[in-house]
Amino acid sequence: MANIQLRNVRKAFGAVEVIKGIDLNIRSGEFMVFVGPSGCGKSTLLRLVAGLEDITSGELAFDGKVVNGLAPSKRGIAMVFQSYALYPHMTVFDNMAFGLTLEKGTDKDEIRKRVENAAELLQITPYLARLPKQLSGGQRQRVAIGRAIVRDPKVFLFDEPLSNLDAALRVATRIEIAKLHESMHNVTMIYVTHDQVEAMTLADRICVLRDGLVEQVGTPMELYETPDSLFVAGFIGSPKMNFIAGDKAKPFGAHTVGVRGEHLVIKPSDGTWSGTVIHTENLGADSYVYLEMGTEEPVVVRLDGVNNYKSGDVVHISPMDDKIHRFDAAGKPIR
Amino acid sequence: MATDTLAPPMALPGVRIKSELMQQRARAARWFLLPMLIALAVVAGWPLLRSIYFSFTDASLNNLYGAEWVGFNNYLRWTTLDSGKTVYRGLLVDPKWWGAVGNTLRFAAYSVTFEAIFGMIVALVLNAEFKGRGIVRAAILIPWAIPTIVSAKMWSWMLNDQFGILNDLGMKLGLLSQKVAWTANADTAMTAVLIVDIWKTTPFMALLILAGLQMIPKDIYEAAEIDGVHPVKQFFRITLPLVRPALMVAIIFRLLDALRIFDLIYVLTPNSDSTKTMSVLARENLFDFDKFAYGSAMSTMLFLIIAVLTILYIWLGKVRFDGGDR
Repeated sequence: MANIQLRNVRKAFGAVEVIKGIDLNIRSGEFMVFVGPSGCGKSTLLRLVAGLEDITSGELAFDGKVVNGLAPSKRGIAMVFQSYALYPHMTVFDNMAFGLTLEKGTDKDEIRKRVENAAELLQITPYLARLPKQLSGGQRQRVAIGRAIVRDPKVFLFDEPLSNLDAALRVATRIEIAKLHESMHNVTMIYVTHDQVEAMTLADRICVLRDGLVEQVGTPMELYETPDSLFVAGFIGSPKMNFIAGDKAKPFGAHTVGVRGEHLVIKPSDGTWSGTVIHTENLGADSYVYLEMGTEEPVVVRLDGVNNYKSGDVVHISPMDDKIHRFDAAGKPIR
Repeated sequence: MATDTLAPPMALPGVRIKSELMQQRARAARWFLLPMLIALAVVAGWPLLRSIYFSFTDASLNNLYGAEWVGFNNYLRWTTLDSGKTVYRGLLVDPKWWGAVGNTLRFAAYSVTFEAIFGMIVALVLNAEFKGRGIVRAAILIPWAIPTIVSAKMWSWMLNDQFGILNDLGMKLGLLSQKVAWTANADTAMTAVLIVDIWKTTPFMALLILAGLQMIPKDIYEAAEIDGVHPVKQFFRITLPLVRPALMVAIIFRLLDALRIFDLIYVLTPNSDSTKTMSVLARENLFDFDKFAYGSAMSTMLFLIIAVLTILYIWLGKVRFDGGDR
């Protein structure tokens, strides 16, 4: 159980400020995902929470107690690294047990039991005697997660744990992490990713970061349905939200109108807008139609099932009622 | 997680795939190796064989080609006197030789040990990030870059009993009660040689170890920090095992060098029995005393001793030259 509070946290490397004053409250037992484009400071923020970097100014508190100067090992955290960071010369068992063997007063049977339980949970029992180099990427990542589990942490930190895995394995491991969160409901988890799908599927709440500042914090659905800025609107959701600016947006009383591909309907005639098909993608369950209609990027319409549109077809589209997001010139929503 | 697959298995021993490509590669490799093998045969193989041959003859400097075969006489021979007493002669019973062997082994053990320890410390410092690291890295190599003869002469002046700076400093700081003839005194000669050698060769050791240290991924140390591993323990449980392959190779290079040490001792402490090594003694017999065959026997023994020690080291230390086990 740990409630994590960040109060005006800043981090500078020399003259370069990477984290520019972040206020955030992470509730006990919550799965919080930091998401943002590369360079937004999400990994740095995680490393500040871990204690691997010093906080330049501001306060970090665990359960109300300021831990700015506390060593990582004393914060009750465990961390899973993108590169796994396993000790290459130790067996899987020793990798998982190493931290425990250093704690005074933990007896060997207890350590063995904890490691074996974690291994069982992650299905890596057959590999306990192997070295990391004898494992595949997915197995290594599970060992890294296992090493974190045996520490019995209050806070579980993940730094892009899936980005070195192939697509199929990524989905499988994502589900495992979700199950892990369910089984460890007392443990606060912070998860860093640049992949909004991971963020949407895993998070209780998402914190969208941009350029060292918090853009928006909320549940996945809050971010999807009521984005607080053009940036969040464009970042969350796949395919990316369509932005229609200029004269075509004026009738809606906005500088920019945002409509998601799944909220656009193709009409036989008399649509709100019309455009020329430039490309189609059929994914089986659904399909995307890309339209050229004078916007910065082509407008994407998401349709159920397979479609038969061909390049050059002219189609009319309308947004579904109340599924329109209106933004002013500063990128702020008009509600 | 059925999609998960094992890492590709290591090539099975005994299973040989002889494709055309492999054969072609092997052929190319042989051609690339050939010049080096020829060079080695000419500059190392032939002289070695000649030395071994001379060690079984009665060769002298002015009669190299008329030398006659005398078997193992240079190594061991005995005569039984009329009194019935048997007298042994030859290299294997020569106290001077065994004294030199002792000196060499002592020198090698001390110098390599200290160089490994200091080299490790220097490498750890250089591996840390600080301002001006590049300049320090270059500066630390200077002792290694100075020719041995020059540094030996330089140190012999610094160690000089009358005018040397070390005696002067020692006296002024009150560390010495009287001036010491470092290189001439039998008790301190070996220490003097060791100091110079350690000063000179630690950078080499440090550089090889540094290369090994830089192979260790940084994130392991972050994981260790989260695991709460004390820095001292981090060194012994993580750094040392991971840098061990590089360290072992560095030590063997230095060991080979130390066992055939010649130039430093020849310049710094000539004719001191307490520092005379196998190489120095062999040269002395070969050229100064005109006992060419006896000197050759020493050279041959020197070769054998180094070979045995090296093989033992590689075997017992499980040294691998392919860059370790990662």
